[in-house]
Amino acid sequence: MSGHSTYQPQNKFLQWFEKRLPIGGLIHSSFVAYPTPRNLNYWWTFGGILSFMLGVQIITGIVLAMHYTPHVDFAFKSVEAIMRDVNYGWLLRYLHANGASMFFFAVYIHMFRGIYYGSYKEPREVLWILGVIIYLLMMATGFMGYVLVWGQMSFWAATVITNLFSAIPGIGDPIVTWLWGGYAVGNPTLNRFYSLHYLLPFAIAGVVILHVWALHVVGQNNPTGIEPKSDKDTVPFTPYATVKDGFFMVVFMILLAWFVFYLPNFMGHADNYIPANPAVTPAHIVPEWYYLPFYAILRAIPDKLMGVVALFASILILAFLPWLDTSRVRSARYRPLFKQFFWLWVVVCIGLGWLGAKPAEGIYVILSRILTVYYFAFFIVVLPLLGIFEKTKPVPNSISDAVLDGKAKA
Amino acid sequence: MTTVSSAEHTRRDFLYIATGAVGAVGAAAALVPLIAQMNPDASTVAAGAPIEVDLAPIAEGQIVKVFWRSKPIFISHRSKKEIEEAQKVNVGTLPDPEPDSARVKQGHDPWLVVIGICTHLGCIPLAHQGEYNGFFCPCHGSAYDTSGRIRKGPAPKNLPLPPYQFVSDTKIRIG
Repeated sequence: MSGHSTYQPQNKFLQWFEKRLPIGGLIHSSFVAYPTPRNLNYWWTFGGILSFMLGVQIITGIVLAMHYTPHVDFAFKSVEAIMRDVNYGWLLRYLHANGASMFFFAVYIHMFRGIYYGSYKEPREVLWILGVIIYLLMMATGFMGYVLVWGQMSFWAATVITNLFSAIPGIGDPIVTWLWGGYAVGNPTLNRFYSLHYLLPFAIAGVVILHVWALHVVGQNNPTGIEPKSDKDTVPFTPYATVKDGFFMVVFMILLAWFVFYLPNFMGHADNYIPANPAVTPAHIVPEWYYLPFYAILRAIPDKLMGVVALFASILILAFLPWLDTSRVRSARYRPLFKQFFWLWVVVCIGLGWLGAKPAEGIYVILSRILTVYYFAFFIVVLPLLGIFEKTKPVPNSISDAVLDGKAKA
Repeated sequence: MTTVSSAEHTRRDFLYIATGAVGAVGAAAALVPLIAQMNPDASTVAAGAPIEVDLAPIAEGQIVKVFWRSKPIFISHRSKKEIEEAQKVNVGTLPDPEPDSARVKQGHDPWLVVIGICTHLGCIPLAHQGEYNGFFCPCHGSAYDTSGRIRKGPAPKNLPLPPYQFVSDTKIRIG
C-alpha cells in the first residue's frame, strides 16, 4: 500500500535527478504521503525507536572498533583503555552496552504489541517472519558483542553457548571445534566473533529494509485489527506518525540516558570486570537479562539434548505463530479470552526471566518447568483452540467508526 | 524471448541442467576453503602435542589441574576412602554406566585423570565438592563422583578421559 505519490519537486536539479533515480518519490510515498491508520497508539512507535537504536549501535560500534583489539591478550585491556583513556570512550561504550539492552527492551515491546493486536495474521505473515529473523540476528549479534569484552562472563558465555551445539548427536563435537577454531574457546574464537559482530548489524539493517518494505506492501495493522476501508480511516505518515514517533523516541532516549549516565553497570555483571580465565568458571554464571527466559527453559529440562531443543524451539515457534493462531479476529480488544491468556503469557515470560537468573536448584527448577509448559502450551494448545471456542466481541465496521464511537462516549 | 513448452526433452534442457550442475559443483568447491578455514589451524594443532606430568609431588587427596589442548585436565591422587566409594557403586544404577576399573589404568587405582570440563555445557567443575564428594559444576548443578562419573544433574556423560599412559610409576604422558 504505497501512498499516492504527488511528489513534484520544484527545483530544476531535483526534477532532473528524479527522472534518473526516483528516490525522492520513493521516500515521499513511503514516509510522507504514506497513509497510516488514524488510531495508532504509542505502542506503534517502537518500530521507529528500533530503527533509531540500530543506528545508535552501528555508529557507536564503528567508533569503538577503532579502539578495540580483538586478541585474547589485549581485548580486556583495550576495553579498559576505552573506558579510561579514549576521549569520551566511557560514554561511547556505555551507550553501546546499554544501547544493546534498550534495543532488546524495545524489541520485546514491539513483539508483545504484535502478538496482542494480532499483527502477524494474514496478510502480514512474511512481515512477521522477517521480524523473527531480525530478532534471531539480534540475539547472535548481542551474544558475540558481549564476548568481545573478554571478561569472565564473556568467556564462559562463549563456552556455554557454543557448547549448546555439542548436544547435536554424532556431529556435535566436530561442530563445536569448528566454531572455536581450537580445542576450547580461544583467540581464533574471539577473532571470528569480532568479524561477525561487525558484519551482522549490517545484515540486520538489510532485513529491516525488507521488513519495512513488507510493511509498506500490506500496510500497518492498528489497535482495532481491521483494515482501513476509506480515506477517513487513515492520515498521512507525515506529520502525524512522524511527530508521534519522534516524541516517543525522545521519551525512550531519556530512559537510555538515565541508564547510561546514572546506572551504566546496572544490567551488567561484576564478574565481567575480571579478565577471562579459562581455568576458573565463576560460581554463578548467567546470561544478559534479555536471554534469561530462554536460559530458564534450557535449564528446566533435565536432558541435555532436549534442553537445547526446547531452547531453540521456544524462539523458532514464533515464526509459526501466524498459523498457530486460528482466530479470524486480530486484535485482543475483541478477544476477551485471548486477552487473559496473553497477559498470563507475558507474566510467564517475565517469570522465566526471573527464574533464569536464579540458581538451578530446588523450587526454582520446579517453577521453571511449570512456566515452560505454559510458554509452549500458549502456542500449541491455547492459540489453536481459542480460534474455535472463543466467543469474540463484535468488531466495529471501520477504524473511523471505532474512533468516533469512543469520542462520543467520552 | 518466447518459450516453447514441449513435453520432449531438448538439447537446450540438457544444456540448462549441465550448466546448473557445473555451477553447483563450483559453488560447493568454493565452500570447502571457506568452511575449512574455521577449523583449528596448524599452530593450534601443533600446540596440541602430548605433555608429560610428574606425579611424585601430588600428595594423596590432592587434585592438580594441568592444561592440554587448552582443556583443563584434573589429576586426582585419590585416597583409600575415595577409591572405595568409587568402586562400591552399583554400576547399573549410573546414568552413564562405567565401572571404576574402566576409569583408571590397571594397577594405578589411586590416579584418576579426567578432562575437567562438565559434559553439560562446558563449565569447569569444582573439585572435592558436591553430593558425591567428587566434582560439582556450579553452572547447572551437575554432580560427579570420585571416579568422575555423572551422578546427578543435567550432564549426560561422565567426565571424559584424555588419552594418556604411565611412562613410569610416577609419570604420565597425556596425549
